[in-house]
Amino acid sequence: MSTQAIKARANQAIWLFLGLLVAFSVGMPHLETVFHALFPKLARPVYLQTSFVDLLFSHIWLVVVSSVISVLIGVGVALFVTRPAGVAFRPLVETVVAICQTFPPVAVLAIAAPLIGMGSSPALIALVLYGLLPVVQSSIAGLTSVNPAVLEAAKGLGMSPFDRLRRVELPLALPVILAGIRISVTINIGTAAIASSVGAKTLGTPIIIGLSGFNTAYVIQGAIVVGLLAITTDMLFELLQQRLERSVNNTEKN
Amino acid sequence: MIEFQNVSKSYHGKAVIENLSLHLEKGKITVIIGSSGSGKSTTLKMINRLEEHNAGKILFAGEEIASIPVEQLRCRMGYAIQSNGLFPHWSVAENIACVPNLLKWDKQKIARRVDELLEVLDLSPEQYRDRMPHQLSGGQQQRVGVARAMAADPEILLMDEPFGALDPVTRASMQKEVRRIHRLYGKTILVITHDIDEALYLADHLILMDKGAIVQQGAPMEILTQPANDFVRDFIGRSDIGLKMLSLQTVESHMVPGEYRAGCGVISSDIALNEALSRFISEQSDVLNVTGADDVHLGLVTFSGLLKIPALQSQMGRGA
Repeated sequence: MSTQAIKARANQAIWLFLGLLVAFSVGMPHLETVFHALFPKLARPVYLQTSFVDLLFSHIWLVVVSSVISVLIGVGVALFVTRPAGVAFRPLVETVVAICQTFPPVAVLAIAAPLIGMGSSPALIALVLYGLLPVVQSSIAGLTSVNPAVLEAAKGLGMSPFDRLRRVELPLALPVILAGIRISVTINIGTAAIASSVGAKTLGTPIIIGLSGFNTAYVIQGAIVVGLLAITTDMLFELLQQRLERSVNNTEKN
Repeated sequence: MIEFQNVSKSYHGKAVIENLSLHLEKGKITVIIGSSGSGKSTTLKMINRLEEHNAGKILFAGEEIASIPVEQLRCRMGYAIQSNGLFPHWSVAENIACVPNLLKWDKQKIARRVDELLEVLDLSPEQYRDRMPHQLSGGQQQRVGVARAMAADPEILLMDEPFGALDPVTRASMQKEVRRIHRLYGKTILVITHDIDEALYLADHLILMDKGAIVQQGAPMEILTQPANDFVRDFIGRSDIGLKMLSLQTVESHMVPGEYRAGCGVISSDIALNEALSRFISEQSDVLNVTGADDVHLGLVTFSGLLKIPALQSQMGRGA
């Protein structure tokens, strides 16, 4: 099979997974008979306290907000340490960001919750810290991988530092930066589920409740939707990267 | 056009350029040649302020360059480097339009200028305008690089080892191209190179640098016939100085009147004499018929005639 055919197949798969995600979120209550058959001992085999559509949206909202903050901070920091004024800070930044990644998110939640209360705020802090490393690393890698000859040409032709950044450095670094954002977002979709342990409303809520109440069906239901969300999002990023690659390398090469 | 007055430059206290004074004449091709570390590239970069000098003055068209806003200064100077300096995410047309865009030219004017330059550089606009750099050969990329440098009709063209990454054949054709463009527009051009043949071929004025200072400067023929010291002699290649002298002159300058000789080879009047010498040897003949444009017989060139070195000023009749 040619690469083109594989890519076409992958694009169809996005629709499949997107459809499954919507179907499971909307239609979960209708699966009562299925889960009843699978877990006959459970009195309430489907999680119904909050609708899965509701959980899905608040999960997505938490991930989007934390990822936007991670990207803004991450790219900003990477821009700073790749300018002449900030080069000296690069090792420090890389170390600090790597340390953020070594904290287990549960530990951050456990420390943050008593300090700033329960709910979405401690979850946001944990997710932002946790999502930072891939963004910072990929942004630094992307920005430093731009061919120095190209940058020198841009400078020598008379582009201002801002023009060089906007029209040359960022567009050329974008594919690498996007790869980092993809990792960060995908990780955070999984991590956000844990945030339910401090009271944030996410797709992790049925999982946490299921675990504490020995209701395996709830755990499975939450896990299925989170998994589908992660896969669908990852595929959307794949599509975005392909688009980007095409716009840089033009059509003939693909 | 460009005037260096006692210019010095040092990195971390170590001098790389010391007390350099030189003059780039308007409308001429000046070539600075030297081995790596001679400061030749730094000299070029001080002109468009990619490197700042520490002492002395550099004048551009009579104005001190430090007094001109740096981006404005660079837009007035064309800058061409090795072929990998093209913007890989921009089409050929967008690359060439870079400086006109910075200067906020009108869209139509930019499009016309792009096509005109592609035409001049032998790249058909319809075919190449929308290509991406990676779809071009090395030579074509270099042509686009030169077009980009010339796009906004700069007052001077700075070329930093422009053909260093090209194979010898493409390199030779790009050198011809530069001379042709120079004849066409009469631009002031500064070329940095470490290749003596390239330097001799391109230069109206040749500057030989070593350890941040000028060792000798003058017309190529002058440097070949009167090398200042052993360093210069080594640099221009002791053993084939004679051949290099021949390469600076054309058949036309050594032609003698005479009827067409049947059985002897034919050579065009604009061919360099080193090639004529090679023909004498390979054809085992001491006379060649000289033809001009349209294959008209002009006269003869003889083997012994090559020995005449003309007065220094009559160099190939090329110049500006």
